[in-house]
Amino acid sequence: MLQGWVIIVASFAYLGLLFAIAYYADKRAEAGRSVISNPYIYALSLAVYATAWTFYGSVGRAAADGIGFLPIYIGPTLMIALWWIVMRKILRISKEHRITSLADFIGSRYGKSALLAGVVTIIAVIGIVPYISLQLKAVSNSFTILARHPGPAMPAMAGPVPVLQDTALWVAMILAVFTILFGTRHLYSTEHHEGMVAAIAFESLVKLLAFVTVGIFVTFGVYGGFGDLFDRAAAVPRLRAMLTPMEGVAGSYASWVWLTILSMLAIMFLPRQFQVTVIENTNEQHLNKAIWLFPLYLLAINVFVLPIALGGLLQFPGGSVDADTFVLTLPISGQAPWLALFAFIGGLSAATGMVIIETIALSTMVCNDLVMPVLLRMRRLRLNERKDLSGLLLGIRRWAIVLVLLLGYLYFRLAGEAYALVSIGLISFAAVAQFGPVVLGGIFWKGGTRKGALAGLSAGFAVWFYTLLMPAFSRSGWLPEGLMTYGPFGIELLKPLALFGLTGLDQITHSMIWSMVANVGAYVGVSLFSVQSAAETRQASLFVDVFRQSGEGDARFWRGTASAPNLHALLARFLGREGADEAFAQYARARGRPWPDPGLEADAALVRFVETQLAGVIGAASAHIIIASVAKEEVLPPEDVRAMLDEASQIIVYSHRLEQKSRELERATEELRNANERLQELDRMKDDFISTVTHELRTPLTSIRAFSEILNDNPHLDAAQRAKFLGIVIKESERLTRLINQVLDLSKIESGNAEWHNTEVDLGEIIEDSITATSQLFKDRNIRVVTDLEPGVPTLFSDRDRLVQVMLNLLSNAAKFCDKERGVVEIRLRRAADALRVDVRDNGIGISPENQQVIFEKFRQVGDTLTEKPQGTGLGLPICREIIGHFGGKLWVESRPGEGATFSFTLPLSVAERPRPAAAVAGT
Amino acid sequence: MIRPSIKGPRLVALFILGCLLFNYPFLALFNLAVMIVGVPLLYFYLFVSWAALIVLMAWAVEAPD
Repeated sequence: MLQGWVIIVASFAYLGLLFAIAYYADKRAEAGRSVISNPYIYALSLAVYATAWTFYGSVGRAAADGIGFLPIYIGPTLMIALWWIVMRKILRISKEHRITSLADFIGSRYGKSALLAGVVTIIAVIGIVPYISLQLKAVSNSFTILARHPGPAMPAMAGPVPVLQDTALWVAMILAVFTILFGTRHLYSTEHHEGMVAAIAFESLVKLLAFVTVGIFVTFGVYGGFGDLFDRAAAVPRLRAMLTPMEGVAGSYASWVWLTILSMLAIMFLPRQFQVTVIENTNEQHLNKAIWLFPLYLLAINVFVLPIALGGLLQFPGGSVDADTFVLTLPISGQAPWLALFAFIGGLSAATGMVIIETIALSTMVCNDLVMPVLLRMRRLRLNERKDLSGLLLGIRRWAIVLVLLLGYLYFRLAGEAYALVSIGLISFAAVAQFGPVVLGGIFWKGGTRKGALAGLSAGFAVWFYTLLMPAFSRSGWLPEGLMTYGPFGIELLKPLALFGLTGLDQITHSMIWSMVANVGAYVGVSLFSVQSAAETRQASLFVDVFRQSGEGDARFWRGTASAPNLHALLARFLGREGADEAFAQYARARGRPWPDPGLEADAALVRFVETQLAGVIGAASAHIIIASVAKEEVLPPEDVRAMLDEASQIIVYSHRLEQKSRELERATEELRNANERLQELDRMKDDFISTVTHELRTPLTSIRAFSEILNDNPHLDAAQRAKFLGIVIKESERLTRLINQVLDLSKIESGNAEWHNTEVDLGEIIEDSITATSQLFKDRNIRVVTDLEPGVPTLFSDRDRLVQVMLNLLSNAAKFCDKERGVVEIRLRRAADALRVDVRDNGIGISPENQQVIFEKFRQVGDTLTEKPQGTGLGLPICREIIGHFGGKLWVESRPGEGATFSFTLPLSVAERPRPAAAVAGT
Repeated sequence: MIRPSIKGPRLVALFILGCLLFNYPFLALFNLAVMIVGVPLLYFYLFVSWAALIVLMAWAVEAPD
């Protein structure tokens, strides 16, 4: 097996590699060529979620209750689907307000409250301690197992170790040094730790690779694939029961659901997740890829959990080996020491990643939101007068890192041995879940108040402490056992594990239900019955409406006096002289002013700018206190702030309405334009019609007038001549009358004012009557008329006179255009499917295709109108078409030049009249 | 006027779908002592639907509006 020194060298080599990566990334960042500013690194850094818990603990959990480890990874997958809405908002808010930690976020939202930020910090530190102890336990256990050859052993059986020989202490100290080197080398004004993020992303790759390699080794090396492994497991009765783990136990589904909810909250509110997701985020767009890459990572790292667990249970029956160590012990027993070492490094990367980010996040909180506000308020320290505070800040952070890790170690010594890895981690999950209501409520509900947030957090935390942390202490003998079994003072209803008599649930579900009831209840209840201060109202509005802000931030709410040199000096104390100069130059550039600028006005915008810069270093609450020391702020009464907010929101509402109005207006304009165009078109058509009509009227009038004048001027014309001229006058008058009648007729039909006298009519009879009426015409021109009328066709309900009018028109047209020598006109009547069809065919010159539509237009006559005298009025066919159309039929022509023309019309048997205006109906 | 993105509603719908898939009673339907391609049915169901959900989420955020 491996020598202890091999493992130690490998571990340090690995940590050294991490450091090299971080160093390189930091150098690149300083050169302005960030390596972490891409979505893949971002997604990988989110995978800091997978810690030693995932690496070792999931297998342990799976060995105990099968599929029960999964909700911890499904929950984040579900939650991340909502990130598009929730996390984008948090990201935007954090960028606008230069948020440095979760405590900062919550404190800032509720009126830049230092008290609230401090409470959040305390809850976070206490809540996370068990989680850190889990990592220490995992690393020290894995080291012990790996170093203790020849074979695997139960680390818990090793018995108590003196503190100084305890691997966990050494691990804690090494990690503390490492984290200090990593996270607090210098003060970052943006809290972007680029090198650290690069190292974390690398660690995420290492642990995934290590775990999957072990999974493949167990599944395909030790056993013959998934099928073989599950088959063998199914052969063992205890394991078979595990494969369908939720056998009808009501509590099973409840705990599944609550674990899912718990992990949904954890993925957002674990300090380290908030750190990598929000604080270290360089670009909002990176969220898009992370939304599916991160769940994919979780899926990949979970595929082999159950196979490894089953493999371990098969390999080490009877619980001879702790299931939490299967990832190591299986390669060891499989005689693959190098794989075991790789697995150890994988576990180390999982644990170190978590510890580094978590302690940095916590140390930022402790420094900015707990220690600094207190120090700043202690006037005796005269902190405000110190020249450079960045050293102090770094010192506080370093000590905070050591403190957090020592607390983790302490918890490990006191309570860690009694629990499996996952159970320890879940305690921390339940603690950070308490941040859920105040954060989610804070970004979507303006009504949440500082008092409400304090009440909610305290109530939730108290319940968590009572139902989860106290039992953990009690189990390790630090609290009397009687408290758990009989309740405090013997009050059964207050038993921490069955509060108010709620039993039948596992510990986590039980605690989550009560703490959430207390938390949400107190937060909402107290918020509704307390009044917001001006600062709270302002911050609530800035947070909730972050996507609707104009960008001036809360500068518009600030009224007061300050001096630019003072502000500059203040900034210099935290960022150094150069940093302050650069910030002021940037501010001046953005406003198109020179720098240095003696006339720089210390207006609200500048004060706000300096405060934001400071907030980036020491958090919003502390920055607020510091700014108050150099800038005298006139406290706006809450009513004023509310009025300003109302004004702003009203302007937004107005502008929305205005947009809507202008859209409506545009639409209306468009409609009007269309209507206008149509009207103009109609107007033009009317003009055309009138000019055509007048032209048509003038022709006969002119000839009547000419011949009348001749008759008038020449009284001595001979009788024959006179008779001829009078004949012309009469003929032209008739033509004029006919024309006027037809124009009136057409306009009546078109306007719907025509009178229709509908009766039962026989179309055959109408045709025959029409032929009789025009027989003289045909005889005159020597035209043969052939009729082919189908007998017994049904009668129509129609206007007889109108149909006669149509027939006469078609027949006279046929007569006019028929062949001059051997004219033949054929008239045919047929019954079609549900209509009667009439064809009138002549053998004249025919109509060219381009004229076939033209002839149905008003006043359009085919033929050379210059040389030939018009033979009709040009209104006959349009009128016919209107009449046939009125009865629901169709009138058309088929013709080829030189082969005659066939005019056909159909009339439907069930005559459905076109709807007509009321006047027309009254007329019938 | 910027049109509100369709991504938000799509992702919310997927969230609701996920909540249904990984919850009672869907879990109970697959909680049977049956093996499918050598893998317990529930295990198989969880991983397949999980993968499907991730594919849908990828499509929802990456597809152009």
